[in-house]
Amino acid sequence: MKSLLKHRLAWPVIALAALLLLNQVFRPDFMSLRMQDGHLYGSLIDIMRNGAPTILIALGMTLVIATRGIDLSVGAVVAIAGAASCAYIAASPEPGSPVTAATAVLIAVVAGLALGVWNGFLVSTIGVQPIIATLVLMTAGRGVAQLITGGQIVSVSNDSYKSIGAGYLFTLPISILITAAVFALAAVLTRRTALGTLIEAVGINPVASRLAGLRARNIIWIVYVFSAVCAAIAGLMISSNVTAADANNAGLYIEMDAILAVVIGGTSLAGGRYTLVGTVVGAFIIQTLTTTVYTLGIPPEVTLVFKALVVITVCLLQAPKARNLLSRFKAAPKPAAKEAAKEKVAI
Amino acid sequence: MSPLSTLTPLTLKKPSPARNRLRGGARYAPTLATVGLFIAMFAVGAGMYPSFLSGQVFLNLFIDNTFLIVLAVGMTFVILTGGIDLSVGAVVALSMMVSATLLQQGWNPGAVIVLVLLIGGGLGLLMGLIIQYFDIQPFIVTLAGMFLARGLCYVISLDSIPVNEAFFTGMAQAQIPLPGDLFVSPGVLLALGIVAAAFFVLHHTRFGRTVYAIGGNEHSAMLMGLPVKATKILVYALSGLCSAIAGILFSFYSLSGYSLAAQGMELDAIAAVVIGGTLLTGGTGYVLGSVVGVLVLGIVQTFIAYDGTLSSWWTKIVIGGLLLVFILLQRLFARKAR
Repeated sequence: MKSLLKHRLAWPVIALAALLLLNQVFRPDFMSLRMQDGHLYGSLIDIMRNGAPTILIALGMTLVIATRGIDLSVGAVVAIAGAASCAYIAASPEPGSPVTAATAVLIAVVAGLALGVWNGFLVSTIGVQPIIATLVLMTAGRGVAQLITGGQIVSVSNDSYKSIGAGYLFTLPISILITAAVFALAAVLTRRTALGTLIEAVGINPVASRLAGLRARNIIWIVYVFSAVCAAIAGLMISSNVTAADANNAGLYIEMDAILAVVIGGTSLAGGRYTLVGTVVGAFIIQTLTTTVYTLGIPPEVTLVFKALVVITVCLLQAPKARNLLSRFKAAPKPAAKEAAKEKVAI
Repeated sequence: MSPLSTLTPLTLKKPSPARNRLRGGARYAPTLATVGLFIAMFAVGAGMYPSFLSGQVFLNLFIDNTFLIVLAVGMTFVILTGGIDLSVGAVVALSMMVSATLLQQGWNPGAVIVLVLLIGGGLGLLMGLIIQYFDIQPFIVTLAGMFLARGLCYVISLDSIPVNEAFFTGMAQAQIPLPGDLFVSPGVLLALGIVAAAFFVLHHTRFGRTVYAIGGNEHSAMLMGLPVKATKILVYALSGLCSAIAGILFSFYSLSGYSLAAQGMELDAIAAVVIGGTLLTGGTGYVLGSVVGVLVLGIVQTFIAYDGTLSSWWTKIVIGGLLLVFILLQRLFARKAR
C-alpha cells in the first residue's frame, strides 16, 4: 500500500477517483452508461468528449514542458486552425462534400505544422525563452485568425466536417477516438523509441545532452511542432463541434487548462521527467471539476473560483517543500531525507 | 628610477573609457531603440495625417492608457526579479467590480478605494508568499491567482454595473488645463506620479537595488546577504497594488464594472515591458522604458483609429510583430554583450 502511494501517479488518480465518487454520491446515476441509437451516452462519455481538445493540447504541452519549455500559443493555434478550415469550406464551390472537409482538415494540420515550425525556430535556433517566443504567436495569432475570418463567426454546414467533433464511430464519439489515437502514437513514439529519453535529457540538462552528442535543437523543434499540430487538431474538433469558427473565443484560455493538466498530472514545469498518462488524468480532473460544479448545483459562475482553489491545493500538495513538511510529520527523518535526495536526482 | 616604477603605469592601466561607454550604451540600447521607434512612428503619423502632429494627440496616449502605465510599472518590478505576474488583468477587473458594486450600495468612495487597494495588495502578497515559501513557479501561482480573481468577478455579478457616484464621474470628466489649449486627466498625473515613485525606488533605494540583484543572480544576491525573500514577496504585493490602482483608474475611465473587462490586459502589460527594453530573464531594464513601451502600444492603436480602414485585429498582429522584433533585438544585444 505504501509503495503504491509513493507512485507518482497516485495523487492525481486519487484526486480523480474522489471527484468521481463525489459526483456518484450526489447523483446516483452518474456512472451509468446507456446505449441509444447505437451511441453510448452518459456523464463519463460527456467528460471524455468535452475534455478531448484539452487532453490533446495537454499531450503536446507535456512534451514541450519536458524540454523545460512552455507553449502559450496553443489557444491561438486552435483559433487559426478552426478559422482556416471553416473559411476554406465556406468559400469552396462544394461546401458540403467530404473532399472539401478532408482538404479543410489538411489545411488546418498544415497550418499547425507551420506555426509549430515557427515556434521551434524561435526557441531552438534563435534561442528565445519559450514563454516569450510563444507569447508572440499568442498575441498575434488571434489577430491572424480574425484576419482569416474577417472578424466574423464563419459557420459551415458539412456533415463530414461536423463528424470530427460531434460524430460517432463504433458507438463512441469520434473526438475521443482521435484523442486516444494521438495518445497511443505519442506514447509509442516516446516510450518505445529513444525519443522520450532524449526529450527528458534535453529537459534535465540541455548543455550536457548537447555535449553527449545529442542534437538538442532538433528535439526541441519536434516537440513544438507536435504541440502545434495537436492544437490544430483540437481546433478542428472545437470548430466542428459547433460547426463554426469563432476567432475570438475558440480555445480561449485553453493553454492555461492544458498547462494545469500537465502540472496536476505530475510533470514538473522545471522539465525532465514527464508522464503522458498523468497528463490525461490531470485533464480528466479539470473536466470532471467542471462537471462536478454542475452536479453539486454550484452556480456556474463559481466554477473559476472552485478551479482556482483546487489548482492551488494540488500545486501546494505537489510542491517538494510542502511534501517534506508532510513527511516530517508522518515518518522518522530517515525516509524523508531519502525522498528529498531522490527528488533532487529527479530534478 | 628603479625599473619597478616604469612598470607601475602598465599595471595600473585603467580600462579605456571608450570601452566603458560602449558597455553603458549597450545597457541602454534596447530602451533607446524603443524611444527611437516611438519618435519614428509619431513622425510617420504626422506625415500621413496633418492633425496627428498635435500635443493633444500625444497627451491622449497618456489619457487613454493610464491604467496600462500603472500595470506596466508593477510588471516591471516583477519581471526585473525574473518572475512574471499573469493575474494583473483579472485583478483590474476585480477592482472594478468591487468598486462598482460598493459604490452602488452607497459606500464612501474613499473607503471603496482603500478597500480595493487592500484587496489588490493582499492578493499580490498572498501570491508572493506562496511563490517564495512553497517554491512554486510564479507562472502557475499567478495563473491560479488570475482564475481566482476572475472567478470572484463572476461571483459578484455577470452583468455590467454602471458607476454613477459623484467622485468617480467627477474624476472621469475632470480636465487639468495645460498651456497651449492642452489638457490631461487627473489619472495621468497619478500614473506619472507612480512612475516617478517607481523610478526613485528602483534606482535610489536598497529595495530597488535588491530587485536588480535578484534578477541578475538570485543565488549571489542571497550570498551577499540581501533580503531576497522579503523582496521577492514584496514585488508581487507591489504588482497587486499597482493592478488595484490600475483598476480604479480604469473605473474612472470607463465608469462601470464588468467581469469580462481587461481580458488579456496582462499580455499588453508584458508586451509593453518587453518592448520597453526589460529582459524577461530579469536584472536589466528601466521603468521609464516600460512607459515608452505603453506609448508605443498606444500609438499603434491611434494609427489604426486614424486610418479608419484597418480593422481592430491589426492591433494584435502589429503588437505581436513588434514583440518579435524587440525580442530579436534583445538576443542580438545579449550576444554582443557576451
